[in-house]
Amino acid sequence: MPIQGEYRGMMLTIDDVDKENREFFGHCAKGEFRLQKGKESGLLRYPPTTACPWTGEREYDWVPVEGKGTVHSYAEVHHPIQPAFKEKVPYMVLVVDLDTQKGAPTEVEALRVAGNLLTADGEFAPPEMIKSVGIGTRVKMVFRQVTDGFAIPHWAIDDDAEQPENPWRYPQE
Amino acid sequence: MSLSSVNEADTSTEKYLRGKYAICGIGETSYRRGSEESTRNLATWAIGNAMKDAGMDAGDIDGMLDYSGNDSVFAPHVANDLGIRLNFYMDVHGGGSSTEALVGIAIGVIEAGMCKTVAIYRAMNGYSQVRIGGTGARSAVPIVGDQIHHRAYGWQSAGQMFAPSFLRHMYDYGTKPEQVAAVKVAHSKHASNNPKAYYKQRLTVDDVVNSRIICKPLHLLDCCVETDNATCIIVTRLDRARDCPNPPAVIQSVAGRVCKPRGDIHLHYQGGPISTVAGHYAKDIIFPNAGMGPEDIDVTGSYDAFTFTAMLQLEDYGFCKKGDGGDYVSSGIIELGGARPNNTSGGHLCEGYTHGMSMVIENTRQLRGAADDSCPVGPDGKKQHTYDYAEGGCRQVKGAEVTCNMGWAHPGTGSAMIMAQDAR
Repeated sequence: MPIQGEYRGMMLTIDDVDKENREFFGHCAKGEFRLQKGKESGLLRYPPTTACPWTGEREYDWVPVEGKGTVHSYAEVHHPIQPAFKEKVPYMVLVVDLDTQKGAPTEVEALRVAGNLLTADGEFAPPEMIKSVGIGTRVKMVFRQVTDGFAIPHWAIDDDAEQPENPWRYPQE
Repeated sequence: MSLSSVNEADTSTEKYLRGKYAICGIGETSYRRGSEESTRNLATWAIGNAMKDAGMDAGDIDGMLDYSGNDSVFAPHVANDLGIRLNFYMDVHGGGSSTEALVGIAIGVIEAGMCKTVAIYRAMNGYSQVRIGGTGARSAVPIVGDQIHHRAYGWQSAGQMFAPSFLRHMYDYGTKPEQVAAVKVAHSKHASNNPKAYYKQRLTVDDVVNSRIICKPLHLLDCCVETDNATCIIVTRLDRARDCPNPPAVIQSVAGRVCKPRGDIHLHYQGGPISTVAGHYAKDIIFPNAGMGPEDIDVTGSYDAFTFTAMLQLEDYGFCKKGDGGDYVSSGIIELGGARPNNTSGGHLCEGYTHGMSMVIENTRQLRGAADDSCPVGPDGKKQHTYDYAEGGCRQVKGAEVTCNMGWAHPGTGSAMIMAQDAR
């Protein structure tokens, strides 16, 4: 049976043969961020894939990874496309460099994990909060439940972390 | 074979087919919003125009290639309508990185003896049926599996997906919105000299940066237009092309769907640098294979789904130093009258949206010396170009002998082609 749930008015479906995504989102539902780690390369990868991008190896383990990182870049949407986001603009999609494996295996690589900017209690960030976030902001992962056994990862400002004085933002506000 | 060994190869050998094939025919429909025609009818119209342009009838065309996102029409249907019996066809999935890639495939299948002449087309109701921006029917498509990693975040349209690369370029290199807006200013100037263009009004940098924000850093006027149209080019061997009424645009090299490491639209962010695009790799194929460099190019056709896409490609193909794209596009070089104009038709920002083919059509016209709708025809039947680029004037580039097209799928994937005038 596919896992299916409604999330902000969108129907999200994971087919039963899609075991990589079933496991990834299943761990999220338990409040755990786990990534595949290639047995040969010892390298983590995101998002879930069927083989290791560095060795092509199909064997892997799901290992827990700390959901902390730094905003690498972002999209800040002011004109919504999907009906589900009509009432949500402006909203941010963050591309976050995880602290884990940053700069490996080469210096330009990182585990860059996407998600919306949410408040610590899981609501879409209000406009004042959006204006405080940019490249360099320290963030931590939060999860939003879709249905039983299915949650998706998002990001919130990490209040315990040291924050840059002026995270980089698009200059024209 | 590794990329480096390709570059070290003797590119004058038969294998590279440099200068052996040409575009001999070009055709298009009008560029409109609300075509009130099926994509099948649009395709028939554009291919028919390209056949007329090439002086060919149904018996001269025996191959077809086309691309779409399931929003076009299959080749055997159009071939049937035009009375063409095909020896080869293929309908492929794809968008803006398709035209140049399919030219390469056409050369390959002709070389293999599978057919003699290939019509390549793209037919789309990009405004009235399947909106490229993802609005309308496309926005309500169910979200399944891998798509959850982006579409569930409201990260779906091209502008939304590319934005992190654009912003990171501004962060990495200090690129300014006003510099990038100069792409729109240049292309609107070109469009004002192109009666076919959907948007013909000349715009200023202020017009662009004061238009409303769609998705930072993209203002409304940083984004291309959505239109309904079809386009077609015909590829054949140079000796056959020489029998056609118009001068051939001779293909010097092609690169097709060259990718960054992990080059998928959703995966390339894992590699990086995310402000580098696939042209960084494609340049090492097209320039050595053509036996020339960026300095030899007279006119560029850098894909302008957005102002930023044109700039990033011009930079990563080596028309300026990495990071200097903002300076390059705001220097006047890319405007008619500048040293190396880009998209002299007005491109996707102004003329109409065709998933790249119209930019190859325009460069073919430039090489023919026929990219002009206003100058008088002389006694020899040719346009007497004034090279006066004032509004409503000439758009032929003086001395346009070599062109470079740079197709774009997304930051991680691109295609390219160098064409030249017939040296005979």
